[in-house]
Amino acid sequence: VFLGCAAIAFGPAAALVLLTVAAEPLRVIVLVAGAFFWLLSLLAASLLWFVSVQLSGREDAALLLLGAAAAVLLQELCRFACFKMLKKADEGLATLSEDGQSPISLRQMAYVSGLSFGIVSGVFSITNTLADSAGPGTVGIHGDSPYYFITSAFLTMALVLLHTFWGIIFFDACERRHAGGLGLVVGSHLLTSGLTFLNPWYEATLGPIFILTLCTGLWAFGTAGGSFHNVLKCLSCKQEPEGQVMLYSALQVPPEE
Amino acid sequence: MITFMNNSDSEEEPCNERTSLMSAESPPVPSYQDGLQASEAGEAQAHRKRRAGSSRSPNSVTGGETSGSGVPVRESAPESEEEELTLKYGAKHVIMLFVPVTLCMIVVVATIKSVRFYTEKNGQLIYTPFSEDTPSVGQRLLNSVLNTIVMISVIIVMTVFLVLLYKYRCYKFIHGWLILSSLMLLFLFTYIYLGEVLKTYNVAMDYPTLFIVIWNFGAVGMICIHWKGPLQLQQAYLIMISALMALVFIKYLPEWSAWVILGAISIYDLMAVLCPKGPLRMLVETAQERNEPIFPALIYSSAMMWTVGMAKPDTAARGPSQQTWNAAEDGREHLRSPSHAESQMSEARSPVPTRPVTSLEELDEEERGVKLGLGDFIFYSVLVGKAAATASGDWNTTLACFVAILIGLCLTLLLLAVFKKALPALPISITFGLIFYFSTDNLVRPFMDTLASHQLYI
Repeated sequence: VFLGCAAIAFGPAAALVLLTVAAEPLRVIVLVAGAFFWLLSLLAASLLWFVSVQLSGREDAALLLLGAAAAVLLQELCRFACFKMLKKADEGLATLSEDGQSPISLRQMAYVSGLSFGIVSGVFSITNTLADSAGPGTVGIHGDSPYYFITSAFLTMALVLLHTFWGIIFFDACERRHAGGLGLVVGSHLLTSGLTFLNPWYEATLGPIFILTLCTGLWAFGTAGGSFHNVLKCLSCKQEPEGQVMLYSALQVPPEE
Repeated sequence: MITFMNNSDSEEEPCNERTSLMSAESPPVPSYQDGLQASEAGEAQAHRKRRAGSSRSPNSVTGGETSGSGVPVRESAPESEEEELTLKYGAKHVIMLFVPVTLCMIVVVATIKSVRFYTEKNGQLIYTPFSEDTPSVGQRLLNSVLNTIVMISVIIVMTVFLVLLYKYRCYKFIHGWLILSSLMLLFLFTYIYLGEVLKTYNVAMDYPTLFIVIWNFGAVGMICIHWKGPLQLQQAYLIMISALMALVFIKYLPEWSAWVILGAISIYDLMAVLCPKGPLRMLVETAQERNEPIFPALIYSSAMMWTVGMAKPDTAARGPSQQTWNAAEDGREHLRSPSHAESQMSEARSPVPTRPVTSLEELDEEERGVKLGLGDFIFYSVLVGKAAATASGDWNTTLACFVAILIGLCLTLLLLAVFKKALPALPISITFGLIFYFSTDNLVRPFMDTLASHQLYI
């Protein structure tokens, strides 16, 4: 159970990290920085929830709802802060580089930071659960659903992917000052979080969340510049004629040693 | 302490090199007893980022390395070029440190979570004489503060002793001390560790096998660390001894004392490295004056080192490359004082001795590494290990501390690139780590537990 759920939850994330992030040091740093920002948001949200529980003197579902909503909003706020920092970093890298172009584009940073938010969010959601799944115990012995682990794993996987897509869309929307995009990201995050409140009615939560993931994925793909045409081109492995490009670069003065 | 490697007279040299590297001297980390002071002694040393002129590996594309570090620094124009090249390689250096620090922490956390021995309370070190078993909170706090004072004073005394030894050139004594301490680490602590791991997994092993295994492990370790050996093997050994030392600390330091000690030692590190009269700073300066390499076995280095045997190219011809080359030696062997270096040949690998100058520069980039003192490894791992041991079985706290330490390391390396002088590696990481530990344990844990019990996701 442990290995299966871990693989379900973190399989896509691990594959994405290994294939795209691990090779480049700058992306790894962005990954860790994104994780840090998410942790800050979690800290703030927990503080809020904790204070509200202490003040009201009891713990109930309404406070939890409020706490979750606050957490979502704070996460998006921290995503914005991450965007600002990465934008500044991008500009700095561009100025410092030789040919005026930063070694990592803002889109790549958007993807990596979204991925990092997703990974750390997933890790924090499910690690304790996974640790418990390895130990002795019976699931749902008090009448809860026996599918707790596997649904948690699927939800985590969806969440990781969603965060990645949200990252891409969010950064793009911020870059182009497109408030609609921002609103949609925040709205869909709130929707996702809200849907999980319907657990353990899994049909109502897992289904919509996966549909949402798919839609957000397609939207993010479109935002990042992809299109049906691109996919076809990629699949057919056609080479573009690069004659003009070569000529241009041949005219450039080679960089000084 | 993270320092740069420096040539003594390079201070004045203008933009060409990475001369700002100071010879990172890290006082040797003697035996585990002195490990304490040794630890701060051996704080991080970063290799200087090279700014080999030839390395214009632009931001492009290929292969992806060399991309500057995350946050750029806008500096004044004359320095900007140096900055630029420095930051270009910053990202790679950061990763070269992330990996070993992560590995060390993984080893420590894995051991803590599986082997009961290291979480059982079984007495205390003599450096922390006051017990924490008192009924009242105030008394416990007082005892932990007193423990910290004792520990830090021991560290200060040992460091000052070391500086004096170094100043009066008692090299043999220092070497003997170092060898003795690594002997103890490699043999005794490994034996205890292996014994406990075998007990945990209920694996039977006879004494002759044990003897052979430990003998081989220890002997190869001694050779790798103090003499020559493949770089990765040496790195692995250094990570292992840091992990072992951290485990010892985790076991024998009482809880509250451990946290107060972590805080105090980062303050001490800050002062010892930055204050003009700080022992570590004096050590660095003395070593710089004498143009001597640092003591072996206390620094983790991520790149290969050139042996003394390499022909010394004529200095006139290669302004920058000389610097880079010196940097490559990482202070262990200084070109200027080959005889000295010979006696302290550390984990030097022997690279191909004859390389043309230009390719040397280019190679330097890839091979130039960063250095971090083992004391930093140890204290990072102590923090994360303590978080794993005492956070009520919670993994979130451990992970949060892990991220905090990595971010602290990243920021420290960034500051290193900006200030280009010896910097302590502990304060930022330990501060972040402590903040995240306490806040995650007390605030985040109940929140996440409540959410998880209802299967809610945020």
